[in-house]
Amino acid sequence: MRDQLNNIKLEVVKRLSEVKSLADLENVRLQFLGKKGELTAVLRGMGALTAEERPVIGQLANEVRSFVEGKLEEAVRELQNREQELKLVTEAIDVTIPGKRRMIGKKHPLSIVLDEIKDVFISMGYEIAEGPEIELDYYNFEALNIPAGHPARDTQDTFYINDKILLRTQTSPVQIRVMEQKKPPIKIICPGRVYRSDAVDATHSPIFNQVEVLVVDCGVTMGDLIGTLQLFAKSLFGENTKIRLRPHHFPFTEPSAEVDVSCWTCGGKGCRVCKNEGWIEILGAGMVHPKVLDTCGIDSTVYSGFAFGLGAERTAMGRFNIDDLRLLYENDVRFLKQF
Amino acid sequence: MKLPLKWLKDFTDIKATPKDYADAMTMSGSKVEGIEILGEEIDKVVVGRITAIEKHPDADRLQVTLVDVGSETIQIVTGATNIKLGDLIPVALDGSSLPGGKKIKRGKLRGVESCGMMCSISELKVTKEEFPNAIEDGIFILEGDPEPGMDIKEYLGLNETVIEFEITSNRPDCFSIAGLARESAATFGVPFKKPEINVAELGDSIMGLASVEIKAPELCSRYSARIVKDVRIEPSPRWMKERLKAAGVRPINNIVDITNYVMIELGQPMHAFDLEYLKGHKIIVRSAATREKMQTLDGQDRELEASMLVIADEDRAVAVAGVMGGANSEILPDTKTILLESATFNGMSVRLTAKKLGMRTEASGRFEKGLDPENTVDAVNRAAQLIEQLGAGTVCKGIIDCYPVKAVKKTIPFKPDRINALLGTEITTSRMKEIFRPLEIEVNDAAGTVTAPTFRPDLECEADLAEEVARFYGYNNIKATLLEGRAATVGGRNWKQRIELLIRNTMLSCGLSEIYTYSFTSPKVFDMINLPPESALRNAIVIANPLGEDFSIMRTTTLPDMLEVLATNYNRRVEEARLFEVSHVYTAKQTPLTELPDEKPVLTIGMFGNVDFYEVTGVIDELLTALGIKKYEYEPVTDNPSFHPGRTAKILIGGRECGIVGEVHPVAAQKFGAAQRNYVGMIDIEPLIAGAQIKPEYKPLPKFPAVTRDIAMLVDDNVLVRQIERLIASKAGKILEEIKLFDVYKGKQVPEGKKSVAYSIIFRASDRTLTDEDVGKAMGEIVKALAQKLGAQLRE
Repeated sequence: MRDQLNNIKLEVVKRLSEVKSLADLENVRLQFLGKKGELTAVLRGMGALTAEERPVIGQLANEVRSFVEGKLEEAVRELQNREQELKLVTEAIDVTIPGKRRMIGKKHPLSIVLDEIKDVFISMGYEIAEGPEIELDYYNFEALNIPAGHPARDTQDTFYINDKILLRTQTSPVQIRVMEQKKPPIKIICPGRVYRSDAVDATHSPIFNQVEVLVVDCGVTMGDLIGTLQLFAKSLFGENTKIRLRPHHFPFTEPSAEVDVSCWTCGGKGCRVCKNEGWIEILGAGMVHPKVLDTCGIDSTVYSGFAFGLGAERTAMGRFNIDDLRLLYENDVRFLKQF
Repeated sequence: MKLPLKWLKDFTDIKATPKDYADAMTMSGSKVEGIEILGEEIDKVVVGRITAIEKHPDADRLQVTLVDVGSETIQIVTGATNIKLGDLIPVALDGSSLPGGKKIKRGKLRGVESCGMMCSISELKVTKEEFPNAIEDGIFILEGDPEPGMDIKEYLGLNETVIEFEITSNRPDCFSIAGLARESAATFGVPFKKPEINVAELGDSIMGLASVEIKAPELCSRYSARIVKDVRIEPSPRWMKERLKAAGVRPINNIVDITNYVMIELGQPMHAFDLEYLKGHKIIVRSAATREKMQTLDGQDRELEASMLVIADEDRAVAVAGVMGGANSEILPDTKTILLESATFNGMSVRLTAKKLGMRTEASGRFEKGLDPENTVDAVNRAAQLIEQLGAGTVCKGIIDCYPVKAVKKTIPFKPDRINALLGTEITTSRMKEIFRPLEIEVNDAAGTVTAPTFRPDLECEADLAEEVARFYGYNNIKATLLEGRAATVGGRNWKQRIELLIRNTMLSCGLSEIYTYSFTSPKVFDMINLPPESALRNAIVIANPLGEDFSIMRTTTLPDMLEVLATNYNRRVEEARLFEVSHVYTAKQTPLTELPDEKPVLTIGMFGNVDFYEVTGVIDELLTALGIKKYEYEPVTDNPSFHPGRTAKILIGGRECGIVGEVHPVAAQKFGAAQRNYVGMIDIEPLIAGAQIKPEYKPLPKFPAVTRDIAMLVDDNVLVRQIERLIASKAGKILEEIKLFDVYKGKQVPEGKKSVAYSIIFRASDRTLTDEDVGKAMGEIVKALAQKLGAQLRE
C-alpha cells in the first residue's frame, strides 16, 4: 500500500506534465481525487490494515493527498497564466499607427515674442502699462520733445484723424501718461500696436507692435540702461548674446543710442542673416531727455531715467526666420501651426 | 551724405582703412550706411596706344592691331571702325574684369590670337555726359595725354572710395565734408584744418552794384552776397566733376557746380542769380503775398502762401527762399553778371514751405535742420575763390552782408560730477575737456560752463554734453550695472492683463490658434456683412490721410476681418480653421472726433470646416467656466443681418448682452468668398474682466452615493432645451446635482413638429444616502411640470 501511494505521486507528476488545457486537468483530478479516483480507492482499502499500520499509512495518504492537491493547484495557475499570455498575444496592435491627437491651438509668433518680453521684465519687477492707440498729438509728439514743425515728425509718417488726434506712431505716449500719473520709482513696459503710413511690403506694415521700456528713479544711469539691455538681450536671444550701442539721435532721449545684438544665427562671425556684419540692429535706447521729465512734472535735477523700444515684428522675423512680414497678418493656418 | 575720402583729406589726414574708418565713425555717432569703392568692378584695364593696324587675313570686318600697354606691346583683334594709328584707348588685358562681372581672357578670333579687348564707354559704365566727345557705338578714344599702361580708373576718376553716412536731424553741421571731417578728426585724435580761403577780388567794388534788404529777419537771420562779372559759363574741370559725382551730384556747368561744391564742402546751400534779371538790382527777403505766383527752376508754376518766405527783386519773387530758385532769374549760357547768395533761413519755415509745395530739395533738406549763420561768409568766399580758380568770372571787391539777428553761442552749465552721475562713469574732468576741444566746445572753468559752437544747435543742456562725453569715451566702455541700490519694485500683470492672458490661454487650450489682423479697414465691409444703412457700426472713425480706401476707417467690428481670414484659408484649400483674436474695436463718442474714442477689447472666435455652432458655444462655455462666470445664457437672435436667423445667439452675462455667436449669414460669407458655413463669436472683454472669479475654492468631495435617473420626452420643436432644463432645476429640489443632456433627436419615430430630448438627472444629498422615495418624489414633480408647462410626453 505504501508503494501504491508513492506510485500515485509519481504518476500525478507525470500526468500533469502532459496536461494542455483546463479540461485535461479536470480529468487528472478525477483520475486521482474523484470518487472513483485512485487515491480514493486506496483510502477505501484502509479498513483492511492492522491497527498499527493504519495511522502510519493514514498519515502517508494525507501527505500524498495534499501533494496531489498542491500539484493540481500549481498546474491550474500555470495553465491560467499560459492562457492569459496567449490571449494577450492575440490582442497585439500596430503601435506605429498614428496616435489620436488633440488639436492644440498655437500662439501667434508675435504673441510668443511679446509674452516672452513681458515675462522677462515682469521678473525684473516691471509693470505692464497700456494706453490708447488713437492718441492726442500732445502725447505722441509734443510731450516727447517733438513740437510741431520738428523734422523728426517727418521720419514717422503719421496717420491723422484730425489736427489734434492721430494714430500713435510709437508706444512712448503711454510713458508720458504714466509719468503724469505716477511718482518715481517707475518701472514699466508698454507693449502695443502702433501705426505709420508705410505701404505694405515684405519688410513694412502700416500697423506693427512695439514694446517700450521706461525706468525713472533717483540716480538711474546709462550703465543701468546698458546692464538692463544686456540682461534683456540674453533672455530673448540666448545666454551668449552680446550687445553693442551706437550713438544716435532721438528727440526724447539724451544721450541716445541704437542697439545691436550679436547675430543670433552666426553668433557674430558674419553670415547672410546679419549681412556679414555680425550685428543686428534691434532697438533704440537712451536716457530720458530732461525736457520730457520736466514736462511730465518730474524734476529732472532730482530724477533720471532710461527708455528703450523695439518692434515685435522684426524680432519675431529674426527669431523664427520669417522672410516676409505680410505672413504675420495673413494668418494662413499652415503658417500659424508652425509655432 | 556721401563723403569721398580724398575730399576728406583736404581737411584732415585719416590713415585708417575705409572699413576701420567706417567702424570708428559709426561708434562715435556718425552712422555709416555703406562703403562704395568707385570702379570696384574694373580690374586690369589700362591705357593703350595703337602702334599698328592691319587687316585680318580671314575676316573682312576684323582688324589686327598692336597696342602699347606700357610694359609690353600686345596684339588685339577688333571689329572697331573708329580707331586709327596713335589713338589712346582703354584696353582690358588678359584676366581683366569689367562692370557687370564680365571677364576678359586671351583667345583666338578667326585663327588670330587676341590678347585683350578695347573698350567702349558703356563697357566701362561711364556716360557721354561725362565724356561728351566719346561715341556710343565704338571704342572710347581717350583725350589728353595719358601714359600707356596707366590704370584706366585713374583716368576715369574712379580711384576713389566714398563713405555714405546717415545724418540725424540734430546734426546739420555733419551735412558737409567740413563737418564730417571735424567729427573724423575728433574720433581719430588727429588735427582738423580748414583750408584757407583767399579771394583775389580783381573786379570793381560791389558798392552800388546791388543791394539787399531783409524784411523778415525772424525768417532770415543773415544774407551774404557777392557779385561776379564777366562770367563764362562752361563745363567744370574734370577734378570738380569727379568730386561732385563721387558725392552724388550731377555736374551741370561751372557756376552751378561751384554752388553745389560749396554746399557739399561747407554745408551752406547757395544760389546764383543772373543780376541782369533782378529788377533794380535789388534783393528783398520778404514773405510771399497771398496767392503770389512764380515759376521755379524745374519749370513748375507755383502759387505761394503768405507763410512762405521768398527772395524778391523790386517787382516779383525770384526764388522760394531756401527751397528753389525762380526761372525768371536763372543762370543761362549767356549770363554775364551773377549775384551769389549765401543766406540763413529759418529751418521750420523752409521745412513747412517745402512740404506744402511738395518740393524737398538738397538745399531745403539742409536749411530745415537749422544752419549756422556764421558760415555764410566763408561759403560765399569759398565760391568766389573757386570762380577765380576756374576762371569762371571776375569777383567784385567786397561782400554785401545783412546780419540782423546775430547768432549767439549757447552757454551750458558744465558739472563733470553730474555727467558722471548720469552716465554711471568716473571720467576725469580733464578727459572731458579733451573730448570737447576738437568739437570746438569751449570750457570756461571759472564760470563752470561751456560755450557751444554756433554750428551745433543740438547742444542745449547738460544731457547733451553727457552725450558728447559718452560717445567719445565710448558707449560700450560704460560699465553695465543693474539699478543697484534702487528700491525694489514688484512687477506683474494687473487684473485686466491677467484676465486677458487667461482668455488667450483658454482659447489655445481649446485648440484655437491666434491671429493678428489690421485695426483699420475699408468702409465697404459694412455692406459686405449686410449692415443696414442706419447701423451704428457704420459710424466709424475716419483716417484723414489713409494708405487707401481699404485702410481708411478704424474698425467698429471684427467680423469682417475674421471672415477675411477664414476666406483666405478656405481659398487656399485649408480644410479647417479654428481661430481667435484678442484685439480692439474703436467707437467714437461722437463724430467728428473731439475727444479720444472708446477702444473696446474684444475676443473674436472664428471657425470653418468640420465644425458646427456648438463647437463655438462649447469654447465659450469653457472660457466662462475658466473665468468662474456662472450666470450666463444664450438667447436666440433671429434679426442680425450678418448672421443666420436660425443659428445665432446673443450671450448674456448676468442678464447683460456681452456678445454674439452664430453661423455667418451665407450671403455675407459669399461676399467674402468664404466657405459655405462659418461660425463666428464676438465677446466683449470688459464684462469678462468685471465678472471673472478666478479664485478656486475647495468644496469637500461627496461622501454619499448619487442616484441617476434617465428621462426621455417628446416636446414641440420650438421648445428650447434651456426651458426644459430650467423647469427640471426648479422642480428637482435641493437634492439635484446635475442635469446631463444626452440626446436630441428628430426624424423616424418622432412625429413631425416634435423632437425627442433625453436627460440623465443626477441626485445626491450631502448628508445621507437617498432613498427611492426621495428620488421618486422629485421625479414625479419634474414629470408633472414638464407635461403641464411644456406639453412634454414622456417616452418609455
